[in-house]
Amino acid sequence: MENLNLFIRSIFIDNMVFAYFLGMCSFLAVSKNVKTAFGLGVAVCFVLIIALPVCWFLNTYLLQPGALSWFGEEYATADLSFLGLIMFIAVIAALVQILEMIIERYAPALYASLGIFLPLIAVNCAILGAVLFMQQRDFSNAWTATVYGAGSGIGWLLAIVSLAAIRERLDETKIPAPLRGIGITFIITGLMGIAFMSFLGIKI
Amino acid sequence: MKLSKIFEPLVNPLSRENPVIVQVLGICSALAVTAKLQPAVVMTISVTAVLALANVIISLMRKTIPTSIRIIVQLVVVAALVVIVDQVLKAWNYDVSKQLSVFIGLIITNCIIMGRLEAFALNNRPWDSFLDGVGNGLGYGIILVVVAFFRELLGSGTLWGYQIIPQWCYDNGYQNNGMMILPPMALITVACIIWFHRRKEKD
Repeated sequence: MENLNLFIRSIFIDNMVFAYFLGMCSFLAVSKNVKTAFGLGVAVCFVLIIALPVCWFLNTYLLQPGALSWFGEEYATADLSFLGLIMFIAVIAALVQILEMIIERYAPALYASLGIFLPLIAVNCAILGAVLFMQQRDFSNAWTATVYGAGSGIGWLLAIVSLAAIRERLDETKIPAPLRGIGITFIITGLMGIAFMSFLGIKI
Repeated sequence: MKLSKIFEPLVNPLSRENPVIVQVLGICSALAVTAKLQPAVVMTISVTAVLALANVIISLMRKTIPTSIRIIVQLVVVAALVVIVDQVLKAWNYDVSKQLSVFIGLIITNCIIMGRLEAFALNNRPWDSFLDGVGNGLGYGIILVVVAFFRELLGSGTLWGYQIIPQWCYDNGYQNNGMMILPPMALITVACIIWFHRRKEKD
């Protein structure tokens, strides 16, 4: 029950894009058509679902103060938490590399349309952000971390697909010239954020 | 003429090639830390420091890094610098470091840094790269400070934590605009800045 609540919360209320502005760069750059946006969203989901439990294990059994006590008594006082950032980014970069190979092999069309943004998932802040939030919130087990990862990923996917759907229609509208392109996209994202705020307070 | 040529990498990113509103990089942190002025300034200093140093280091190593693994090398250099900044900030100003929470760690994935390393530091000498890093850091900072100025003034009636809107305004029915504190208004504020900037530059 608690996990379901966390799942719903991370999709709608703590949405990566609208509540924390994470992953904005690729969010703005790849949202020009729905198909590509969907592909990138699924890739981000995939990386999040794998990266969160892996980083949870790293954090619990290696990095936290006292985490090394399973290794021997004399290591019980060790605190490696300052190494967290480097470890997490290495895990994420490796996962993205694997994902890139898989997509190139099985979905070459998607691979071509994602282009440079596929390797750049490694520096997508939504992923490192979710890992850092997980570290901050002290989830009690790896399953909760996975649920949080899935929720954040689906929230991001939902956001980028809906923005892409709106932007596909923008060509037919009259927009003041200086606002065209990136300006109007910002405003739309802001309005979508306000719309998403209406989910505040939902509890299961 | 000569002088302006030397400082070109420093001055260009301030307005004409601004990383946030023209190149659209590093939006995430630019929006998230701007509810108050103080965290915005601290964030600017951190990003400028990391960007300038990372630019110099990568520029020094640019002839020895194999192209195929350059992203990993860049990430490790940036991550190491960010860890240092994070530790310094925790020791020096714990309150602000708590407010910025994960966003200091997220400097690693700030697209401005990767973007400048890829586009500039890999092909230029260390001194130019240093200027480019400082310039882009400041260009990023200008936007942060402007957005934070409006959001804090209109949203909480304070600047840098000091009360600016006098008490008699509140007595006569003035109210803080709570919307400005919320995340979506940051996007709309940036959109307005882009609007004015494009209007002025006309290209």
